Amino acid sequence: MSSFTTQDSATRISVGDAITPEDLSSSGAAADEKTARYALILGDDSLILAQRLGHWISRAPELEEDIALGNIALDLLGHARFFLTYAGTAWGKTEDDLAYFRDEEEFRSARLVEQENGDFAKTIARQLIFSFYSHELYSRLVDSADETLAAVAEKALKEVAYHQDHAAQWLLRLAGGTEESQRRMQAGLESVWAYVQELFYDAEPTAELAEAGIAVLPSSLRESVMERLTGIIEQAGLRVPEIKGAFGADRSGRFSEQRGFILAEMQVLARQHPGASW
Amino acid sequence: MTETAQQTEQIPAGGVIAADPAERSLWPLWEVFVRSSRGLSHVHAGSLHAPDASMALRNARDLYTRRNEGTSIWVVPAAEIAASDPDSKGGYFESAQGKAYRHATYYTQSEGVPHL
Repeated sequence: MSSFTTQDSATRISVGDAITPEDLSSSGAAADEKTARYALILGDDSLILAQRLGHWISRAPELEEDIALGNIALDLLGHARFFLTYAGTAWGKTEDDLAYFRDEEEFRSARLVEQENGDFAKTIARQLIFSFYSHELYSRLVDSADETLAAVAEKALKEVAYHQDHAAQWLLRLAGGTEESQRRMQAGLESVWAYVQELFYDAEPTAELAEAGIAVLPSSLRESVMERLTGIIEQAGLRVPEIKGAFGADRSGRFSEQRGFILAEMQVLARQHPGASW
Repeated sequence: MTETAQQTEQIPAGGVIAADPAERSLWPLWEVFVRSSRGLSHVHAGSLHAPDASMALRNARDLYTRRNEGTSIWVVPAAEIAASDPDSKGGYFESAQGKAYRHATYYTQSEGVPHL
């Protein structure tokens, strides 16, 4: 029989051969304590943003956009699973232990991803900034001396490339749409702009790990990320906000208004029914 | 406060919904064709709504290739497709039935023609 057999359905399903968090935990790769703390920073950003985006399910302007945001949320949740699984190897904890049983002050997420969804334009503004930042980050992390981080970055990079495209397409359309959509897109950018700078803060232990070639130094991303963001915002005919960075931009969460509420929602089930599964 | 204003306030964050559903302009419909691997044809996978062609491609990627089904996508405005009328099925397709002489297998191979 010929290998070129025609198929009745266009929806053939296969899993593909990308790395999975299960591969990671069965590989025996173990992070040292510092690398684990770095992985937590990366994982927490993805986890919190996934939780935020998940809130759009059934609330997006169109069904198609519901699914687009849901897909992006699941990609991010995937990245979080890798990073938290890897971080957990340093302390004998699982990804679930770290996601559901850490308290507010133990998270290291940036305030940008904790910001409320707002309207669709604000979510797109947040997506634009985070996806441009993480694309630059992962495109450098693929060269990490830590093989596990490099492998995860390689997988994440392809997905984040699409997140960037999704956000940029919407930025251009909302900016070039109606007077109202343009007003909202500009307002969206302004509402999250104060939280951009925190992404480039060299939190502990990142600086030390960057010297060892394991981590990417966040401050080294600033120039190229800001240049690309400025470029796309100007291309869209919008103004780059002139808003100073918010106080306490050090990933400590000390000044986060939203983190506790997100965690309460995300963790309540796991804490009320520890070990539950379905 | 008018009733409409109250309704608008109750809409969840981000839900941009026109007060009157009839006023809500819908995105046009697109038909999606997915090629599952090199060498095969694009096969109709379904349809979706999108504001323009490039967003339709992206929505198609999210809706129809999220389980690794495709290597290539085409989107076509549904309004641009001319379709045969289901009610004229008889005249269109059934008249081809029973005409076995239109198939090569109808004919017997002539003697002395070795390479047919």
